[in-house]
Amino acid sequence: MQALTNKAKQVSRKPMNFMEKMYLPAIFKGMMITFSHIFKKKPTINYPEKQRPFSPVFRGLQILNRDEEGRENCTACGLCAVACPAEAITMEGAERLPGEEHLYKEEKYAAKYEINMLRCIFCGLCEEACPKDAIYLSETFTPADYQRKQFIYSKNDLLIPHPKENPEEYQKALGNRPQKATSN
Amino acid sequence: MSEEIKTMKVTIDNITIDVAPGTTILQAARQIGGDVTPPAMCYYSKLEGSGGKCRTCLVEVAAGSTADPRPMPKLVASCRTGVMDGMIVKNMTSEKVPEARAGVVEFLLLNHPLDCPICDQAGECHLQDLGYDHGKEGTRYQFARRTFKKEDIGPFIQLHMTRCILCYRCTYVANQLTDNRVHGVVDRGDHAAISTYISKAIDNEFSGNMIDVCPVGALTDKTFRFKNRVWFTKPVDAHRNCKTPGCCGKTTLWMRGSEVFRVTARKDTWGEVQSFDGKPGWICNTCRFETKNAESWTIEGLTTISRHSVIGVNKYKTLDMPKETTKAVMNGVEPKLLMDIHNISEVNKPGVHLSDIKGPAHSTNFKKQ
Repeated sequence: MQALTNKAKQVSRKPMNFMEKMYLPAIFKGMMITFSHIFKKKPTINYPEKQRPFSPVFRGLQILNRDEEGRENCTACGLCAVACPAEAITMEGAERLPGEEHLYKEEKYAAKYEINMLRCIFCGLCEEACPKDAIYLSETFTPADYQRKQFIYSKNDLLIPHPKENPEEYQKALGNRPQKATSN
Repeated sequence: MSEEIKTMKVTIDNITIDVAPGTTILQAARQIGGDVTPPAMCYYSKLEGSGGKCRTCLVEVAAGSTADPRPMPKLVASCRTGVMDGMIVKNMTSEKVPEARAGVVEFLLLNHPLDCPICDQAGECHLQDLGYDHGKEGTRYQFARRTFKKEDIGPFIQLHMTRCILCYRCTYVANQLTDNRVHGVVDRGDHAAISTYISKAIDNEFSGNMIDVCPVGALTDKTFRFKNRVWFTKPVDAHRNCKTPGCCGKTTLWMRGSEVFRVTARKDTWGEVQSFDGKPGWICNTCRFETKNAESWTIEGLTTISRHSVIGVNKYKTLDMPKETTKAVMNGVEPKLLMDIHNISEVNKPGVHLSDIKGPAHSTNFKKQ
């Protein structure tokens, strides 16, 4: 039968000669390879003290964005939830009352917004679907936990820090992300 | 022998059909069906006198009739142009029509706010479909749009005048379905607005049909306002024995689980209210706004949704929930749940019914819970 690729190697069934029967040269050869690695550059880092930079296209934990005045961008349009292949996102919308203009950008907002991180596959389709630049995937990963219930992220867990009350945290959460120009 | 009914031969996009005299090009195209039919934003076959306002149904007439085969010099509005014997119409096959229609879409979007993420009509909006069909989902308009305050027309209907494209369908509904019309188009030109002079409430039993007739999100159901998105609710055909004279009682329920979020009239292929026994199936306000419990309805089955519609996304094709098989396979042992989502999640709580709130939910509703 013809092989599909020519990667197959025929196993040699020849009886071993004297040098091979001694095994010592092969052991020495292996030791040399191990020894040579001492002089090579280390591929590992001391993790908690040192951290590698994230790729700019890394897709991590979702963040609900605010505008520069600290109002929530999300209007509960449901496009992220319908785009989500894992059906991880659920929300309930509500109407903004007069006097709540400093809290929510548009007349409709997400009163409740939840992402089930056990279901989320971090595909980033929610970010792509969002017409209001309200959700984006940040350069952090979901912290591990012992309990499943900790992975149901509510709006309080997801919202970005307030840009006026907490500007440092806000900038940190925003990361190196290029700012999208939003309409309206 | 009875007198032979004279028919007219009309060719639309190389498909020839015999129609009765007095038929318009649009009606003839609808008899053929499919992509041949021009879109219509203002024409509504169940409303007398509608049409001729939006210009989206423009078609090219390549030959006027057998007697006078000259082409018509300009594109014509197919909803208002009657067919002639031997007329040749080009819709899809025309080079001019798609370009002209794309222009019309841009004109319609001039003053349209494009607030689809907020609008309750998104997902079943004719203007949205039309815009995306012609690659004009955005707008090039950079100046300030006309703005109006949102208005309550009666206790159940919310008017967003900013979204209105002035198709006049709702005023025809008021004229032809209700005994006295209290709303209309006031002012002229750019300032033209639908209103009820001195904000007079519309309390007729059939006023809710304005919502179904509106091609955009200008008139929306206040009992459904911001409750849910159209594509997360499941449309189900249902009927009830309605005592209101003139109400057909046959509706579409938009459900989520066992909750009825919205009740609308049944729609046909053209997005118009379906006809039953030759009569349009208008429904009364009692059916639409005040019968929101599933027990009052006899559910017939799922509404057929177009394969291309977002409304069919992520839905089971049966009415029943899929069976839990674990118990049968494991000799009666119940599956051990590691986590019940309702214990942790605050969304879709089993005991909380959004559909019970009369208007849109506010922050106060959520604080109480």
